[in-house]
Amino acid sequence: MKQYMLSVHHDYDVPMPTGDDLQASFEQVDRVNQEMVSTGVWVFGGGLLSPDTATVVLAGTGDTTMTDGPFTETKEQLGGFWVIRCADLDAALSWAEQCSQACRGPVEVRPFEDEPA
Amino acid sequence: MDLDGIYRAEYGRCVATLARLLGDISIAEEAVQDAFTVALEKWDTPPPNPGAWIVTTARNRAIDRLRRESTREARHAQALLLYQPDEPEEVGPVRDDQLRLIFTCCHPALAPLAQTALTLRLMGGLEVPEIARAYLVPEATVAQRIVRAKKKIRDAGIPYRVPGGAELPARLPPVLTVLYLIFNEGYASTSGDLVRTDLCLEAVRLARALADLMPDEPEVLGLLALLILIEARRPARVSPTGELVTLTEQDRSLWNQELIAEGHALVRRCLKRNRPGPYQIQAAINAVHTDGPATDWVQVLALYDQLLARSSTQVVLLNRAVAVAEVHGPALALASIEGVDLPGYHLLPATRADLLARLGRTGEARAAYDEAITLAGNDTERTFLQGRRAEL
Repeated sequence: MKQYMLSVHHDYDVPMPTGDDLQASFEQVDRVNQEMVSTGVWVFGGGLLSPDTATVVLAGTGDTTMTDGPFTETKEQLGGFWVIRCADLDAALSWAEQCSQACRGPVEVRPFEDEPA
Repeated sequence: MDLDGIYRAEYGRCVATLARLLGDISIAEEAVQDAFTVALEKWDTPPPNPGAWIVTTARNRAIDRLRRESTREARHAQALLLYQPDEPEEVGPVRDDQLRLIFTCCHPALAPLAQTALTLRLMGGLEVPEIARAYLVPEATVAQRIVRAKKKIRDAGIPYRVPGGAELPARLPPVLTVLYLIFNEGYASTSGDLVRTDLCLEAVRLARALADLMPDEPEVLGLLALLILIEARRPARVSPTGELVTLTEQDRSLWNQELIAEGHALVRRCLKRNRPGPYQIQAAINAVHTDGPATDWVQVLALYDQLLARSSTQVVLLNRAVAVAEVHGPALALASIEGVDLPGYHLLPATRADLLARLGRTGEARAAYDEAITLAGNDTERTFLQGRRAEL
């Protein structure tokens, strides 16, 4: 079994879905989550609050700086992610397809380093 | 003993089988190379089934190698190797290690160049310089793409299997491209001899297997038809004295009529389905070339126009120019390839040279032939071009 992170990338310049579409998107994400749990691939997942709530911490030698805002000031930011455990990339890609549909946006699939034995 | 010949013939098959047994392409390649080193020491004459000998030896060498290495990955691979049965349960409809490996190498999570380079290396046994020439890209680029692709297959967990029915149509186009390129490399080798029959036959064999697997995909039938209609003309392509013979000058009685009949039947099957695609159109062009005593160039040009409308590539434009010259004359043909830019591709200056010569522009033709001769990779084509230049 391998672990993959499925990360959702939101373009924060584009208005979020509203009203019925937002509701439909939430329900779809919920269904995907339930299916991940019931099929045993679910490890963790969740949506993130907007990038302007982020703080970047950098520990240097002796001093630590804290900066308001996300690490990079690009319009596309991480909006949320899942961590799943499944057999291979094909399985992960197939889940990512569902995640992308539910979230109305691109989903990056990235394998984790193998866990130590 | 022809160990080189056996290497060429068996390399792809052995790597494909070992990749299944070992679950790792790089370890499979190393094991197969190890086994050939052993063969070089041990064989006075090759065993009756050299491929099976190589696979068994490679497998044993891989177990030895993994025992010596103590990393966790090595132990894991060793466990797989020792406990995996020889014939694992098939997940796809094909019992063919090579097809499984092709679909893995052509996985959509890999970049197009990486897919093809990797498959040519592993399946066709082509070396990096040959692949670089086939693609008109630097050798370092090819080497890097292959390394990166193998790493991604392993690290990202791209599985070894033929995709299931629903996934197949989307996974097919890169596989067709790869088979076409393997054939092409065999038909007009980028180095040494003109034709590498082993690669041509291998590509045809794989295309046949694919057509058995996907008899309802017209582009698969189209590719198979294209390959066998070109293959059918191979006996006439080089004269007994080793000179290249152009299509119009070929002795048609040397063509393989059985393959031509099979190719024409396939093209008719494609036409019935009425879902044309680039391979089917190219097959139709070759069906026209092999129909009757001479090529109907008007029909060929019409098919090239259809092809151009679907896939407007520089190579299509260049090939079309030959038909334009036959139908409308060399001046229009030359004008039609004015903007074509294919760096390093010898057939562009070779075609320009021929058209310029027919227009009586001898000086320019000579210069174009010189350029083509410098770029030509195999000796037969180079000799042919030198002969044409000398006739000016």
